[in-house]
Amino acid sequence: MRYIPASDADRRAMLSEIGKNSVRQLFDSIPDTLQLGRPLDIPHARDEWSLLEYFERLAGLNRRHAVSFLGAGVYPHRIPAIVDDLVSRSEFYTAYTPYQPEIAQGTLQAIFEFQTYMAQLTGMDAANASLYDGSTALAEGVLMAHRITGRKRFLCARSVHPEYRMVVETYSKRLGLSLETVGFLDNGRVDTEDLGGRVDDDVAAVVVQSPNVFGTIEDTFALAEPAHRHGALLVVNIAEAASLGVLKGPGMTDTASRRADIVVGEAQSFGVPMSFGGPHVGFVATGRERVRQLPGRLVGEGRDRDGNRAFVLTLAAREQHIRREKATSNICTNQSLCALMSTIHLAALGPAGLRDLALENVQKAAYVRRRIASETPHRILFDGARFNEFVVRLDDFEGTWERLLAEGVVAGLPLVRWFPELEDALLVCVTEQHSMEHVDRLLKGLAA
Amino acid sequence: MIPDDLRYTKEHEWVRIDGDQATIGITEFAQDELGDVVFVELPPAGSRIDANAVFGTVESVKAVSDLFMPLTGEVLEVNTALVDAPERVNEDPYGDAWMIRIRIGDVSELDALLSSEDYGRFIAAGGSES
Amino acid sequence: MTRRDRVARHASLNERLVFEKGSPGRRGSDLSAADFPRRELSELIDDELVRDSIDGMPSLAESEVVRHFTRLSDWNYHVDLGLYPLGSCTMKYNPKVNEKIARMDGFADLHPYLPESLVQGALEVQKRLEECLAEITGMDRVTLQPAAGAHGELTGLMMVRAYHESRGRGRRSILVPDSAHGTNPASARIAGYEAVHVPSNAKGTLDLDALDRLTNPDVAGIMVTNPNTLGIFEGEIARIAERMHAIGALVYMDGANMNAMMGVARPGDFGVDVLHLNLHKTFSTPHGGGGPGAGPVAVKDALAPFLPAPLIERDGDGRCRLDDERPESIGRVKAFHGQFGMHSRALAYILACGPNGLREASETAVLNAAYVRSKLEGAYHLAYGAPTLHEVVFSDRFQAAHGVHVMDIAKRLIDYGFHPPTIAFPLVVRGAIMIEPTETESREELDAFIDAMLKIARECETDPDRVRSAPHTTRVGRVDEAEAARKPVLRWRPPAGPAAN
Ligand SMILES: Cc1ncc(COP(=O)(O)O)c(C=O)c1O
Repeated sequence: MRYIPASDADRRAMLSEIGKNSVRQLFDSIPDTLQLGRPLDIPHARDEWSLLEYFERLAGLNRRHAVSFLGAGVYPHRIPAIVDDLVSRSEFYTAYTPYQPEIAQGTLQAIFEFQTYMAQLTGMDAANASLYDGSTALAEGVLMAHRITGRKRFLCARSVHPEYRMVVETYSKRLGLSLETVGFLDNGRVDTEDLGGRVDDDVAAVVVQSPNVFGTIEDTFALAEPAHRHGALLVVNIAEAASLGVLKGPGMTDTASRRADIVVGEAQSFGVPMSFGGPHVGFVATGRERVRQLPGRLVGEGRDRDGNRAFVLTLAAREQHIRREKATSNICTNQSLCALMSTIHLAALGPAGLRDLALENVQKAAYVRRRIASETPHRILFDGARFNEFVVRLDDFEGTWERLLAEGVVAGLPLVRWFPELEDALLVCVTEQHSMEHVDRLLKGLAA
Repeated sequence: MIPDDLRYTKEHEWVRIDGDQATIGITEFAQDELGDVVFVELPPAGSRIDANAVFGTVESVKAVSDLFMPLTGEVLEVNTALVDAPERVNEDPYGDAWMIRIRIGDVSELDALLSSEDYGRFIAAGGSES
Repeated sequence: MTRRDRVARHASLNERLVFEKGSPGRRGSDLSAADFPRRELSELIDDELVRDSIDGMPSLAESEVVRHFTRLSDWNYHVDLGLYPLGSCTMKYNPKVNEKIARMDGFADLHPYLPESLVQGALEVQKRLEECLAEITGMDRVTLQPAAGAHGELTGLMMVRAYHESRGRGRRSILVPDSAHGTNPASARIAGYEAVHVPSNAKGTLDLDALDRLTNPDVAGIMVTNPNTLGIFEGEIARIAERMHAIGALVYMDGANMNAMMGVARPGDFGVDVLHLNLHKTFSTPHGGGGPGAGPVAVKDALAPFLPAPLIERDGDGRCRLDDERPESIGRVKAFHGQFGMHSRALAYILACGPNGLREASETAVLNAAYVRSKLEGAYHLAYGAPTLHEVVFSDRFQAAHGVHVMDIAKRLIDYGFHPPTIAFPLVVRGAIMIEPTETESREELDAFIDAMLKIARECETDPDRVRSAPHTTRVGRVDEAEAARKPVLRWRPPAGPAAN
């Protein structure tokens, strides 16, 4: 086997040095009755080239040439070549968790930079070293709010990505937490009146997403106030982190009562390939006074014994390897390499590049939306402000959808799978990656 | 290293009794087992806590340990200096790093505390009950 | 020569934070704006929600970004450089071809919500991986949704709970051996269970008597790591499973150590009801400096109804579809379809190895560990004498007599060019030194490691200060973890002025 250096001669020599006759003898501690005693029934070994052929064939079955306007939590953004080049360095991708700081300063410093970028973008004091993805980050944010408040009731906007909500539901129901949903208005925003009427002193947190699953931008500052009046927290989820290139982070206010308490999200938009939904990179950010409640790893700045600046995993007593069942989370392995992708992408973008990117998304999506409204028979739903997604209700859904598909255009995500009342509605995402030709194809298909 | 004017628990707390009040901290053995202490969490003054209930935690780089109330009582004073200087727990566990002062709620509980000799024997035997 | 004298002035050794670099006006990325009519931003988004600037975000040219991260990378130890014997972590070689496969057009750029007819290749990768993992573990069904080992544990335990609830009573506790990884009790708690600790016996395995004492109708199941974190096979596993099943409880296996027995033994054949695998350990996907990984969960049929939705089903014509109609499912544990990029790599590994290669991998992993064990026994205290498989746990007992502790030994090993083993775990061994060489190390590399460990053992007697002050060869010296934790600095902030956001 090409990945295993030991030759038969090596094996024999090593066995004889340790006084064994055969490799079989090494497994004597596994009772015979429990041994398999036959070869595994899996396909026979392939050489490198037939392996590549096999996967090329499968990759080819995926219709990659379709033009897609899908977003909904996974966003098609351009990724500069340097991102993949740099994360393909063995020094990064074949290293383990940086438990030995003296030989892991590269990973540690890069994560510290990631934490800083996430804190800057969200406007919060501190962010962690990553969580599995946005959906589990939201679940962790909810558990964190429960730990802080000791309360068990959550009010969650229906306009939070439904798969995220399902994950929160899975996590919370076994801990006896209850998740009630709050509806949305005609503009796509959270129904603040409904929300205001339902927050009381039992509520642990109000949970919203911005831009929400309809692409509508929420005013998180206004949503913080009713929550805080009752001692509840505001948890904000950001599934499209590129929006922070133009929108204020939920922590960016000097008025404490208007500031979010926990901001979670997904940073896939920064340099991480869509990859059929993962691996991506979740994060959680919070205020200074709550960092000890954060789940997952944290990198801190410190000194070595000569006084040089050095980075190191810190506040580890929160984590499972020390606190075990009382840890703030069970997470161990996280998404470090994806966090590195985001860090590199953000470094390449810089403030000007990030703003340009965000504005291109806002403008292009608004432009396509205007054209659909004026050039096609379909109706735009939700008139609130948006980043790069909007909802359109199709006239003759089946016919339009099929026609576009036949033209190689996946026009968006049918929302009825999650919202029965949004029958015939399509969530459309337009980013900098869509060329004018793509846009014209979409419009042509929609208009016909 | 085991002052004989103090009483002890098997959870490695020491207790200095002073009339109807008691001062509580953790022992030299405990701080050594923990290693460099980085964080101490203590209850607010005014809390009433039962014997054997958790009144706080001590964190080191590699471990975290609950602090158990040796006696039932009301917390009168808390050593807030430890919040900014947790390293004092390593430097001076029996002095500067006292943790809380309480009003003793039930004097009959004093009998359950160990003498310095008993505690010395307990740690010589490994310092744990299992 | 002191450490300080050796530090060169060159930036490559003193690379600052990215936030301390660059200069306003530089660009590392540009975007040619498309030609279409635009509106004033204020017509599109309410002014008060728009940010003016991004405070403190640095501006660098592309070339500077490349230098920055290349320099950082230079400060890492990694498996392509040398032996990385972290016990329990299975730091094996990460095949390059797998990286190429995960990045293929059609995989890397695939959106998870494309219609099923357009993602048949991706679903086939996942289905085929599921089938292979079921055969390797001897289980019936597999979910690929969990993102890592701990996430798999949580998923599995939630299924245990759902199973009991479907029989009327969720039960209260999960038995967890004291040698278990920290994620085990932490996962049990989030699944709504109390973790009850089971002591190991003098042989380092589960104590049947203790187990009997702790067994009662409130016990939902046991979490067994097999081979356990001492590298010892739990020989009584079948008996343990029988006893659990007799009271209606289930057996969860932490499969982090599956590298010890691929093709040799299968958890499904010794009574395990549910287990997770770590694709980033056994199945060669890279650790990425701490992640991403993937933690598939395999179950017996009795638990299959509770698997997270959706599952991939193969229809009669061989096409794959996502089945969301799973009324008894615990729900979703993650959005989308799991860590697909790890699934393609793991499948590539399995198909490159085939049945013989997988067995050879486990056999060689065990041989390498046995070789290291036999050469270090005597110089280091062997925590338990029982036979071990893919890893072995020593302790610092002999060295502690000279005032040298496991951390010092670990740091000194760095001077010899190796990554240290796992230390301070498992908790049942004081001063644990847990060594897992894996099968992808040559005998020469093992000999060099053994040689370094023996030299250090000698140094502990002859020059303990040298060991205690290690490492001496790295860019930074030993880091003061205590000080960093006492005054945590978790982000960069601009040096002057009040704290900016
Ligand atoms: C024995 C054992 N169980 C569980 C885990 C958790 O796995 P992960 O880090 O993938 O969450 C690990 C590894 O970290 C482990 O070694």
